[in-house]
Amino acid sequence: MQPVEQTNLFFRQRRWSSLLGFVLIGLLSLGSAWLTEFDSVRAVTSFLKALNWLFTRFHPTVESLAKLPKIGEKMAETILMAITATMMAAGISMVLAIIGSQTTRVNSFFGTISRGLASVLRNVPVIGWALILQFSFGQGMITGLLALLFGTTGYLTRAFIETIDGSSDSSVEALRASGANYLHVIRHAVLPSSLPQMMSWILYMIETNVRDATLVGILTGSGIGFLFELYYKGSYYNHASLIVLVIILVVIGIETLSNQIRRIIL
Amino acid sequence: MTTVPRKPFDKSQVWLRTVLLLLTGVTLYTLMQLSAPDLDQKLALMADNFRLMFSESHFKHLTLLEGLYGIAITLSLAIQTTLIGALGALMLGLLAARNLAPHWLTSIIKSFVALIRAIPTILWVLIFAVSAGLGSTAAVIGMTFHTVSYLTKSYSESFEEIEPGVIEALRGCGARWWQIVFQAVLPTSLHPILSWTFIRFEINFLNAVAMGAAAGAGGIGFDLFMAGGHYLDFREVGMITYLIIAVSMILESSSIQLKKRLEL
Amino acid sequence: MELLEIRDVSKIYNRQTVALSNISLNVGEGEFVSIIGPSGAGKSTLLRCINRMIDPSSGAVFFQQNRIDQLPKKKLRQVRTQIGMVFQHYNLVNRLTVFENVLHGRLGYKSTLAGVLGYYDSFERRAAYEILAALGLQEQVFKRCDQLSGGQKQRVGIARALLQRPKMLLCDEPIASLDPSSSKIIMDHLQRISREMKITCLVNLHQVDVAIKYSDRIIGIRNGEVVFDGPPAQITPLIIEQIYGTEAHELILSLETLQPGQKSPVKQSEVAHAAC
Ligand SMILES: Nc1ncnc2c1ncn2[C@@H]1O[C@H](COP(=O)(O)OP(=O)(O)OP(=O)(O)O)[C@@H](O)[C@H]1O
Ligand SMILES: [Mg+2]
Repeated sequence: MQPVEQTNLFFRQRRWSSLLGFVLIGLLSLGSAWLTEFDSVRAVTSFLKALNWLFTRFHPTVESLAKLPKIGEKMAETILMAITATMMAAGISMVLAIIGSQTTRVNSFFGTISRGLASVLRNVPVIGWALILQFSFGQGMITGLLALLFGTTGYLTRAFIETIDGSSDSSVEALRASGANYLHVIRHAVLPSSLPQMMSWILYMIETNVRDATLVGILTGSGIGFLFELYYKGSYYNHASLIVLVIILVVIGIETLSNQIRRIIL
Repeated sequence: MTTVPRKPFDKSQVWLRTVLLLLTGVTLYTLMQLSAPDLDQKLALMADNFRLMFSESHFKHLTLLEGLYGIAITLSLAIQTTLIGALGALMLGLLAARNLAPHWLTSIIKSFVALIRAIPTILWVLIFAVSAGLGSTAAVIGMTFHTVSYLTKSYSESFEEIEPGVIEALRGCGARWWQIVFQAVLPTSLHPILSWTFIRFEINFLNAVAMGAAAGAGGIGFDLFMAGGHYLDFREVGMITYLIIAVSMILESSSIQLKKRLEL
Repeated sequence: MELLEIRDVSKIYNRQTVALSNISLNVGEGEFVSIIGPSGAGKSTLLRCINRMIDPSSGAVFFQQNRIDQLPKKKLRQVRTQIGMVFQHYNLVNRLTVFENVLHGRLGYKSTLAGVLGYYDSFERRAAYEILAALGLQEQVFKRCDQLSGGQKQRVGIARALLQRPKMLLCDEPIASLDPSSSKIIMDHLQRISREMKITCLVNLHQVDVAIKYSDRIIGIRNGEVVFDGPPAQITPLIIEQIYGTEAHELILSLETLQPGQKSPVKQSEVAHAAC
C-alpha cells in the first residue's frame, strides 16, 4: 500500500472512532433526558431566573444578623458531629484496613470480609443510612452521627487500604525479615509510614462530612441542616442565605487549615 | 560512657500528633455531651432491625420493575449532571490551568469554584428549587453546579501536570492556543479526565439518590424515602438498599476496570 | 544581510538574575553553529530569545529582516514557522503517534479549526512520511511515541521541526539524554540538514569534542556573555578554560592533546567511539 493511502486509512479510522464516541455520548444524554423528562428550555430559563433571584433576594438583612448566635450554635454542633463521626470512623477503618490490606492482612478470608463490608458501607448513600437508622434512633443527632459514621467508615477503609499498600510494602518486608512479630510490624513499619497520608484523608473527610452533615441534618432534624430547612420552609430566605454564607466560611476555613496542616505533615 | 543523642525535633511529627490529639479530644468531648438514654436498648433494636431489613427484605408498595425504573431515573440524573458538568468543567478547567491561562484568570476561576464547592449539593438544589420548583429540574441544575466545580478543580490539576516542554514545543511551531489544547493538552490528559469523570459519576449516582429522597427529584431515592419515611416498611427499605448497593458496586468495579485499562 | 542578527540582547529574570548581558551575534544562511558554556551560562535563554519563547529584556533580534522582539502576536506566529526547535527531552505528545507528532510542525500554517480537528492534506502527509523515511523511521510511523527509544524520539522531534520547512533550527542540547551511538546519528542528521538543505543550525552542546567535530563555528558563553566566537580550529585549552573556568580540570586534560590550528581533536571522543 502507498504510504499516503495508509495515512488516509489511519486518519479515517481516527475520525470514525471519535465520531462514534460523540454519537454514543449524544444518545446517552438524549436517552437520560427522555427518561427524566428533562426540559432544557425550562432548565435554562429557570436557571437564569434562579440566578436573578439569588443576586437580588437571597442575601442576609439586618434582622437576619440577629439569628447569628443561633446559627453559630448549630454550626458548631454540625462541625463537632462531622469531626466525631470522622474520628470514630477512622478508628474502625484503621482496624478494617489493617485486616483488609494485602500487605498486612492476617489471612485472605478476613481480608475479603473487611473489604466487602467497607464496600457495602460506602455504596449506600449517607441519606440511605440516615433513613435506615431512623427506625432505631428516631430523629436527632445520634441518627445523623451514625449515618455519617457508616458512610465514612466505608470510604476511609478503602483510602487507608490504598495508603498502607502504597507506602509500607518494603518496610514491612524489612521488619518481617528481621524477625519482628505481627504487632511490631504494624507499630513500627505500617503506622509510621502511612499515618501522615491517613491524616490527610481524615482531614478531607471532615471537610466532606461538614457538607454531608447538612444534608443528613435536613432529614434527621439536627444541626445546621435542620435550621436551614426551618428557615427555608418558612420562606425566611434572608436567614437561610446567612446560613449559606456561614457554611461557605466554615468549609473554606477548614479546607485552608487542612491544606496548611497537610503541607507540614506530608 | 556514651550517651545516645536526643531525638531531634521533628516538626511534622509534632504537628501530626498535636492534630490527632486535638481531634480525639473534640471527639471525646462531643461523645460525652451527647445524651443518649438507653443506648444499649437502641443498639439492640438497631441490630434487630438490620437483621429484618436484610434477611427478610421484600417489595410491597413497589414492584421489582418499578424499582428498576427508579434506578434508571436516578442513573439518568447522574448521567445528565455528569455530562453537562464535565462539558462546563472542561472549559473552565482549561482557563483555570496555570500553564494555559493568565494568572489573574486562573485565580479568579479557582476561587469561584472553591466557593461553589463549599456549599453542599442539597443547598444548591433547594436554592434553585425556589424558582424552578422542587423536582428533577432543580436537582439537575444544583447537582451540575457542584459537579462543574469539582471537575474544574480535578481537570485543571491534570492539565497542570503536563510537561511544560510539550506546550513550549507546539508554541515554537507557531500553533495557536486552541490547537495546543486539542493537539497536546487533551490527548495527554485524556486518561485522568476520563478517570475523574467516572469517579464523579459514581458520586453523582449516590447524590441523585439523596436528592430523590430529600429534594423530590424522583427515582429510587424517592422510593427509598417513601418506604422509609412514609410507609415505615424497613423490609422494603432493605430491598431498595440492595438495589442501590448492586448498582453502585457495578459502577465502582467498572470504574476500577476502566482505570486499570487506562493505566496500560 | 545576515539571516539572524542579535544586537545587544540582555535578559534579566525577576529583576535580579542576569542570564544574558549585551549579546551581539550574526549568523548566516546554512551555518552550523554550536553554543557551548557551563551550566547556567545562559545558552537556553539565548536560544529562546531568538524565537521569543522568552522575551528579551532589552536589545533587538532580527530574523530575515523581521524585528522579532517587536512583532505583534500574529506575525510572530508566522515567523516562528520559519524557525524549528529541537529539545533535550524531545517534548513530544507521548500519547499520540509518531505521524501525528510530526504533523504538528504544520500547525503554524493552518487555520485554527483545521489544526484543532487535526486535518492535514495529502501534500502535508506525504511530506511528513518522506521526512520520517529520510530519518530512518518508516517502520515507526504509526507507533505511539511512548514506545520509542530516546534516539528515535529525537528523530521524531527533528522531523517535526523539518516539516515546518524552516530556515533555521534551534537545538537545545539535542543529544544530552542520548547514548553515544544515538548521539552520533542525531548529529550526523543535523549536519546533513545544514549542508544539504542549507538550513542554519544553532546547537547548544555540552560536549566540546562534538562541537569541534561538527561545527563551522563555535560560540562560547559564560555568565551571559560571549567569551569566544570563532571556528573550531581556534579552540585551545586556554580558551576552554576561559569558557568553563579553571575548575574544569578534567575537561582541560582531555583536550591537552589538542593543538592550535588542528582541524579535529586527536583524543578519541565519544562520538568517534560510536563510529567504530
Ligand atoms: N524561568 C527562569 N526564571 C528565573 N531564572 C531563570 C529562568 N530560567 C533560567 N534562569 C536563570 O538564568 C540563568 C541562565 O539559565 P539558562 O537556562 O539559560 O542556562 P543554560 O546555559 O541553558 O544552562 P544548562 O546548561 O544547565 O541548560 C541561570 O542562572 C538560571 O538560573
Ligand atoms: Mg539549558
